[in-house]
Amino acid sequence: MVQAMNAREKGELILRLRGIGKQFGAVTALEDIELDVHAGEVVALVGDNGAGKSTLVKVLAGVHQATAGTIEYLGKEVTLDTPGTALELGIATVFQDLALCENLDVVANLFLGHELSPWRLDEVQMEVRAWTLLQELAARIPSVREPIASLSGGQRQTVAIARSLLLDPKIIMLDEPTAALGVAQTAEVLNLIERVRDRGHGVILISHNMEDVRAVADRIVVLRLGRNNGVFTAESSHEDLVAAITGASENSVSRRAARKLEVTGDEK
Amino acid sequence: MTNDVQTSQTAPQLDRADSRVRHDEGLSGALRAFVDQVRSGDLGMLPVFVGLLLISVVFTALNPVFLAPNNLVNLLFDAAAVGLISLGVVCVLLLGEIDLSIGSMSGLASAMTGVLWVNAGVSLPLTILAVLVTGMAVGAIYGFLRNRFEMPSFVATLAGLLALLGLQLYILGPTGSINLPFTSPIVRFGQILIMPAWLSYMLAILPGVLIVWNGIRTGQKRRAANLSARGLSVTLAKALILTAALVFAVFYLEKGRGVPWMFGAFTLLVVLLDYALTRTKWGRSMFAVGGNAEAARRSGINVRRIRLSAFMICSSLAALGGVFAAARLASASQQAGTGDVNLNAIAAAVIGGTSLFGGRGSAWSALLGVIVIMAISNGLTLLNLSSSLRYMITGAVLAIAVIVDSLARRSRASHGRA
Repeated sequence: MVQAMNAREKGELILRLRGIGKQFGAVTALEDIELDVHAGEVVALVGDNGAGKSTLVKVLAGVHQATAGTIEYLGKEVTLDTPGTALELGIATVFQDLALCENLDVVANLFLGHELSPWRLDEVQMEVRAWTLLQELAARIPSVREPIASLSGGQRQTVAIARSLLLDPKIIMLDEPTAALGVAQTAEVLNLIERVRDRGHGVILISHNMEDVRAVADRIVVLRLGRNNGVFTAESSHEDLVAAITGASENSVSRRAARKLEVTGDEK
Repeated sequence: MTNDVQTSQTAPQLDRADSRVRHDEGLSGALRAFVDQVRSGDLGMLPVFVGLLLISVVFTALNPVFLAPNNLVNLLFDAAAVGLISLGVVCVLLLGEIDLSIGSMSGLASAMTGVLWVNAGVSLPLTILAVLVTGMAVGAIYGFLRNRFEMPSFVATLAGLLALLGLQLYILGPTGSINLPFTSPIVRFGQILIMPAWLSYMLAILPGVLIVWNGIRTGQKRRAANLSARGLSVTLAKALILTAALVFAVFYLEKGRGVPWMFGAFTLLVVLLDYALTRTKWGRSMFAVGGNAEAARRSGINVRRIRLSAFMICSSLAALGGVFAAARLASASQQAGTGDVNLNAIAAAVIGGTSLFGGRGSAWSALLGVIVIMAISNGLTLLNLSSSLRYMITGAVLAIAVIVDSLARRSRASHGRA
């Protein structure tokens, strides 16, 4: 973390997706997706359930392979055929289902696949590094030698986030990182996203929480039914954003707001 | 890493910052932690010790010969072959897979030993090499079927059970049985060779010394890194108990013939596999794949390669076990590897504490489990029971072991310890 190179020019294009498509049998999960991520930028991906956000993240993480389109990483076209490839390139992911091994302890999960000294595991060094990472996140983990199974949902989420930071990635993707977190941890995660951005990394954030998105995102990319549906900034109005997400200015959210307005009379 | 130093200077100890965690210090603390662990369903080696105690009491009451030193020496001779096979099974069980063809594989290996070495006159090292390569090839086929076609390992290896048995009968030909010469080194290894007493005693003391040395070194390293270190008293107590038990065991066996080299070789392989499983990246990956294969894949672990390695190790160890069995019986026959070999090897691993559900277990479970299984089988033989009764009883023991495994798993789940 600390030895992060700031050599990359801020604003340099790190990741460039063009025409990304993904078919699951007869279902088109993604179609003709375009997405740019620059260094030192937080891009929020928003959209309704089933819009294709998690699928896109999985394509970028190497979990699924795109059926169409190109991915350019640092100016070079790359194929992300395994999760290992994505991690080596410097694309780290916090998955929505966290992808932790419940039978292993926190240290083992943090370093999974990237253990220090593979032929004679350096447990002490790994444990020190684990505590340091967790402290950076202001995490409340009672013991790093307990199996993940004994941790709460929020604690597991913190472990998953800490793991993504371990390899000092260039881009970090967070799929609903604050869903199970308490107030303080949510703030810490948002702080962390800003710290990572200020260090010159790119961040892709998926969240249903518009408050969180507006707080940290430089650009808000809306997906709808597997397609791009507009790019907004934190300054864009809430109505415009909701309209883009739901696909109509007349939608359940606006109807609800209007109803409330009628009842209370002085809602904003 | 500069950051690490700064944080560690401000905080008292990195892992003692949270006041909610009870830290068990000293001997009573260690005992309390152990009791908690067992209560939550993490039984560890406990069933083995309870089982052994029960078996010894019952069989000694029925026939005092059971506990005679030379009978125990025989038991260790018998245990090595099945133990090796069981050691391989531990590897596939850790991934939540199974290999049902281990018995046939060992039978094929013993047939190959007879055909290649005795009949064809191939040198012994070359024969063993050929057997090991065959084992690896068979394991590679299982791994390939599992990885490429997602074929459940229990079906693939069930097919293998029949195919390998057929191959064993085929290469043995119509005679059906080949005797290994009694004066040959391999049969002497399987029936006679005993470690010198001084070596046995030294090897009995070695684990205790290593535990203390390792405990002191880890303690120093942890303190240097500003982590809490376990007190020396627990380490010393552990080392003392273990050393006393081992020295007594050697002393008792030395009243008979002594400790068989064959058992020593098996134990060495257990130690090697234990190191690989607990202290290397490969071992960590094995546990990860067994616990959550998809999570392991997303961490960049090559799950297919891990599976392949596990199946290959399992089949090669089964093959080596077959050579050991041939050495023990001084013959390669059509019966080798059939009957209860499969069941005994799998039962040993499970009784020793390796879960059938993957992600939990250790190499030591093969050693401890096989001693339990062999003690039962040996005791029943001493009682002159027919093999029909022996099969039924061994089957019941396996069922009980699996029930204990399942119950412990459920209890662990409810106590939040996968």
